[in-house]
Amino acid sequence: MLEPIHSPPFTKHPVKWAQINLFSNWFNSLVTLLVLYALVTYVPGILDWIFFSADWSGQTKADCSGEGACWVFIDARMNQFLYGFYPDDEQWRVNLAFILLLALVIPLFIEKVPRKGWLIAFLLIGYPIIATWLFQGNIFGLSQVDTEQWGGLMLTLVIATVGIIASLPIGIILALGRRSEMPIIRWICVTFIEVMRGIPLITILFMASVMLPLFMPEGVSFDKLVRAMIGITLFQSAYMAEVIRGGLQAIPKGQYEAADALGLNYFQKMFLVILPQALKLVIPGIVNTFIALFKDTSLILIIGLFELSGIMKAALNDPEWLGFATEGYLFAALIYWMFCFSMSRYSQHIEQKLNTGHR
Amino acid sequence: MRKILSTAIVSTSLLVAATAQAGTLADVKSKGFMNCGVSTGLPGFSNTDEKGEWKGVDVDTCKAVAAAVFGDASKVKYVPLTAKERFTALQSGEIDLLSRNTTWTLTRDTGLGLNFAGVNYYDGQGFMVSKKIGVKSALELDGATVCVQAGTTTELNLADYFRANKMSYKPITFDTSDQTAGAFDNGRCDVLTSDQSQLYALRIKLKNPADAEVLPEVISKEPLGPVVRQGDDEWFNIAKWSLNAMITAEELGVTQANVDDMTKSTNPNIQRLLGVTGEMGGKLKVGNDWAYKIIKQVGNYGESFERNVGTGSPLKIQRGINALWNKGGFLYSPPIR
Repeated sequence: MLEPIHSPPFTKHPVKWAQINLFSNWFNSLVTLLVLYALVTYVPGILDWIFFSADWSGQTKADCSGEGACWVFIDARMNQFLYGFYPDDEQWRVNLAFILLLALVIPLFIEKVPRKGWLIAFLLIGYPIIATWLFQGNIFGLSQVDTEQWGGLMLTLVIATVGIIASLPIGIILALGRRSEMPIIRWICVTFIEVMRGIPLITILFMASVMLPLFMPEGVSFDKLVRAMIGITLFQSAYMAEVIRGGLQAIPKGQYEAADALGLNYFQKMFLVILPQALKLVIPGIVNTFIALFKDTSLILIIGLFELSGIMKAALNDPEWLGFATEGYLFAALIYWMFCFSMSRYSQHIEQKLNTGHR
Repeated sequence: MRKILSTAIVSTSLLVAATAQAGTLADVKSKGFMNCGVSTGLPGFSNTDEKGEWKGVDVDTCKAVAAAVFGDASKVKYVPLTAKERFTALQSGEIDLLSRNTTWTLTRDTGLGLNFAGVNYYDGQGFMVSKKIGVKSALELDGATVCVQAGTTTELNLADYFRANKMSYKPITFDTSDQTAGAFDNGRCDVLTSDQSQLYALRIKLKNPADAEVLPEVISKEPLGPVVRQGDDEWFNIAKWSLNAMITAEELGVTQANVDDMTKSTNPNIQRLLGVTGEMGGKLKVGNDWAYKIIKQVGNYGESFERNVGTGSPLKIQRGINALWNKGGFLYSPPIR
């Protein structure tokens, strides 16, 4: 038996705290000093570049003093970063679609709102139709905006949203299929998952964009964006399936047997007993896949679609604005971080809410 | 393996190209616009401005063809393509014209089922040095450290050039052109090498562009030009002569500003070019005022050059070998008659 010892002393006194945590022995003291030195040397310079010496207002490159960052570049191009080449007069349609999305999604998070099932059904079936109609136009008197003109953050969000909404159900089906006792279904699912996981996303996008049209009969052509969306969705579904399969395997056998004993059929068993528990277990994995998907949207640049990072690259090649790569990429990174961090925080919130005390 | 695969791809595409593409001109006319493949962003050649409009020398070639076919240079849909995608996009019919700083080589001309319709920019690999090292010619670069982008033909040309001239050098390689420029800026190398057209864009990115200088030597041949599918001569002719019309217009002194007055000119060459006499347009199966429309809406070659990459642009590229044949350059259009 070990002797009982006291818990480590906890103090709020700053000097004591520093002694215990930062200078407890010679090695820790050395590391602390080195880190402090690095911070003092570099942070003021970085802050100065980003904020104090930076140029914030103006219209052209001539307004940049060159001493710090030139945010004029971002400002001048902001509209493009958000909407791509979407015509100025029609941008209200994009705004409206995203406001509508928020208006539909926010009630889902408020616990008192009744009949969420209908809301979700509308969100999954009705909303995509309305959004497509708003974005693309050409019916009900809206002028047509081709998908080539979509771009920037808007395109990133469209692809990510479609990917996220579609890959979860496909992933669930694939995961169930892989654990199915019917050999044909099992082998189809296994093959699909392993093939998709075995090749890089770039290859899939490239196949979708370059090879597919060669095999199409003359005159039949898919929209490039649709091809990219299908590619990304299928790719992420395979990953999603494996994440969900992990959850399915974590459910004790007793749960399956109990559901069988109650006389539930396969679908009742899965959707009422097994999946609600399994999905809850793998929320971190699912959100991880979503975040990866969000960032993977930047790969569609290689097939010539200008999402956020693509439009940034295009903007950096304007001869009038050469030499602002650092500003541009910092700005893009900030936007990606904002979205990914929000997703991660939200997943933690759900985990806590659904925590029924397995831990 | 790679070779087998690429042969398979090429032969498939050739098959498709041979069976499917018969009349690009008719296709394009019935669509009401032309799909033109451009780069995803190359300063001065094809890039987007703040309003999202495509600009550049390569873009002007697209516009010229649209002006000849439709009489309206705006009837172009630009399809941004990466270097890997460009040929397949053309073969599969996704685009009708490829105008994306593409070097004309024998292999590409013969093996891919494509035709190069001329040259709209004579590029070539060059050197940029810092002015303070006081070098005036590339032959003085013995022992220099050279910044170069890895895995490109640029790297190979560099090795060949120094070996041929019995000079030694120390290469420092980078993955992107931005990194290359950054290293040059920080003094990690004496020389930066890349295609000349890119050197000027890289120079603007330096902290003090005036301190760097592009040397006169050009060590490789990179004739860039518009490309069309093989086997459609009608469309090939239109692309070829739209470019030639821009060059001829410069030679004859016809500009965007004076083209209306020039229709009254008594010079038979100008009369034929602008469709006042002769049936040049009819022979190309486009409107007889095709060249007039090109010059009116896009300008002649010199105007396009100066506006996009020359003195009227931040790039400030000299005409050099891209001047007309009678002004010390290579540009020469067969006669329009």
